[in-house]
Amino acid sequence: MRASRILAFAGGGVALAVLPLLLSDYQTSLAIQILIFALLGMSIDLLAGYAGRTSLGHGAIFGVSTYIAIYWSSTLHGSPWVGILLGIIGAMALALVFALLAVRTSGVYFLLLTLALGMVVWGICLRWNSVTGAENGLRGDARPLWLATSAALYWLVLAVVALASWLAWLVVKSPFGLTLRGIRDSESRMLSLGFHSTRHLVLAFVVSGLLAGVGGGLYALFNEFVSPSTVAVAASVRGLLIAISGGIGTLFGSFLGAFVLVVLENVVSGYTERWQSVMGLLFIAMMIFAPTGLIGQWHRFWQWRRLGARDKPEQTKGT
Amino acid sequence: MAGINLFSILNGLTYAALLFLVAAGFTLIFGLLRIVNLAHGALYLVGGYAGYTVARFSGSFALGLVGAVVTSAAIGLLLDRGLLRFVSGFELRQVLLTLGAALVIDDMCLVVWGGDTFTVPIPPALNGAVQFAGVYYPRYRLFVLALGIVVFIGLWLLMQRTRLGALIRAGVDDSETIAAMGIDISKIFLGTFLLGAALAGLGGAVGGAFLTLYPGADSEILVFSLAVVVIGGRGSLVGAAVGALLVGLLNSIGQVVFPELAYFVIFGPMALILAFRPLGLFGRAA
Repeated sequence: MRASRILAFAGGGVALAVLPLLLSDYQTSLAIQILIFALLGMSIDLLAGYAGRTSLGHGAIFGVSTYIAIYWSSTLHGSPWVGILLGIIGAMALALVFALLAVRTSGVYFLLLTLALGMVVWGICLRWNSVTGAENGLRGDARPLWLATSAALYWLVLAVVALASWLAWLVVKSPFGLTLRGIRDSESRMLSLGFHSTRHLVLAFVVSGLLAGVGGGLYALFNEFVSPSTVAVAASVRGLLIAISGGIGTLFGSFLGAFVLVVLENVVSGYTERWQSVMGLLFIAMMIFAPTGLIGQWHRFWQWRRLGARDKPEQTKGT
Repeated sequence: MAGINLFSILNGLTYAALLFLVAAGFTLIFGLLRIVNLAHGALYLVGGYAGYTVARFSGSFALGLVGAVVTSAAIGLLLDRGLLRFVSGFELRQVLLTLGAALVIDDMCLVVWGGDTFTVPIPPALNGAVQFAGVYYPRYRLFVLALGIVVFIGLWLLMQRTRLGALIRAGVDDSETIAAMGIDISKIFLGTFLLGAALAGLGGAVGGAFLTLYPGADSEILVFSLAVVVIGGRGSLVGAAVGALLVGLLNSIGQVVFPELAYFVIFGPMALILAFRPLGLFGRAA
């Protein structure tokens, strides 16, 4: 069992690694986006799935990292790697601020606060012309020469995302992750067991900020451009949609969610300019029909097949 | 401080009046139905556009206001009866659904009205400026201030002095008990949702005459409304009024003193209030 698992991992790794040799440049750039946005989805899922705190401010955390990385390398002419590092630190600092203000609440109120905080970041990026370039955004040539081809960038992004996913998995499986799930299921019980729930939630938020910040830094390398739309609500919505469609609490489901969303966006954009409407309708349909995500629906379908249509599986209490 | 004068204070007050119109609807829906209606900004925008179109073609500002209110309430009805009832009882799913609806409504506005900036035409009676205490101040903005006060008084009387208001207040505290007493709470829910949506539309038409309407105006008004509700507390009319005054004044002073960082000026007090009163000044635990 264990050997077969290792084999599967190795096989999957090799398959992912040779992808750019098989795909066109354009398809490789889609694959890069899938990996980066999967990381954003995971950072949201870490909070939503394991700590029971659904955030709508992660686009801002992700985007702040992108802003800092590009500002450092283009406006200040610093090393892009230092810029990305600073971006990640900035994202974690912002996550800490968000956390300190919001973790005492839960449910809808938490969502509302993170949304408002994220919008404040968006408002600052939009108005602070001398630093962020307002609506024109910032353009940067952050990518060093050896990353000029999309295949090279893909391999770097793959390696970093794999590392970050492993880190996220370790966090989720650790006693700390277990504590978070305890807080999600019953905060009062965890409190009475002597766990300091606020501290755990703040730490979880900062770890989540780390993941989003890494994603934002990679996005700076990939996109080489940042504007207020990178930190806008739509970016947070996209991340949350990825996490939810992949399945909240599955962590790696975000890869599936990101795959579906990025591919769909590119296919739909070929036919119509109304991608935003499609995303909105997708969100509405998902909330009504498949709140447990695609994997969850798949499970339910099989359960239903096994039990027969007569005994419907219990409606899962979704998000 | 330099630059802060009667003019900017009046600007803050009139903006606060508009914010109150929008945030009152938001907080009523949030308080009673437990729905954070993230389509509220979109309802503001679509109401504003509809008000512009009606006022433009009929030549009547009042008809424009009616058109805005009717359009937003109709979309609110569609949203509530057509979509939200399928996810009732699931708070997060409701919020995220309204978010999806906001994306669709915004995009549809872009299809119908395009990316241009519109200004709802002001009737001649409200044009021009009045002079008092040494400043010339636009008459229309004073009208907005008066409208905000009238709506506040109207809503306050509705909530405190009528049977319907008593039911709504009781519903905010404990809707299950109300339903158990034989009152059809779902009708009150629907009515509140429509009232909230209509207020957003009214705000759109009124605000569209001095803030202009453009794609993205919905996000700006939504973030300010969120700040108002976060400061004032869920479901509280007085909280919405106090929050609107605070946000409106801070915003207009902030724009004079730190033009690029006005958002920080609102963010600071919001953070402070959150740190000490996570549920807002007038908020109560659910």
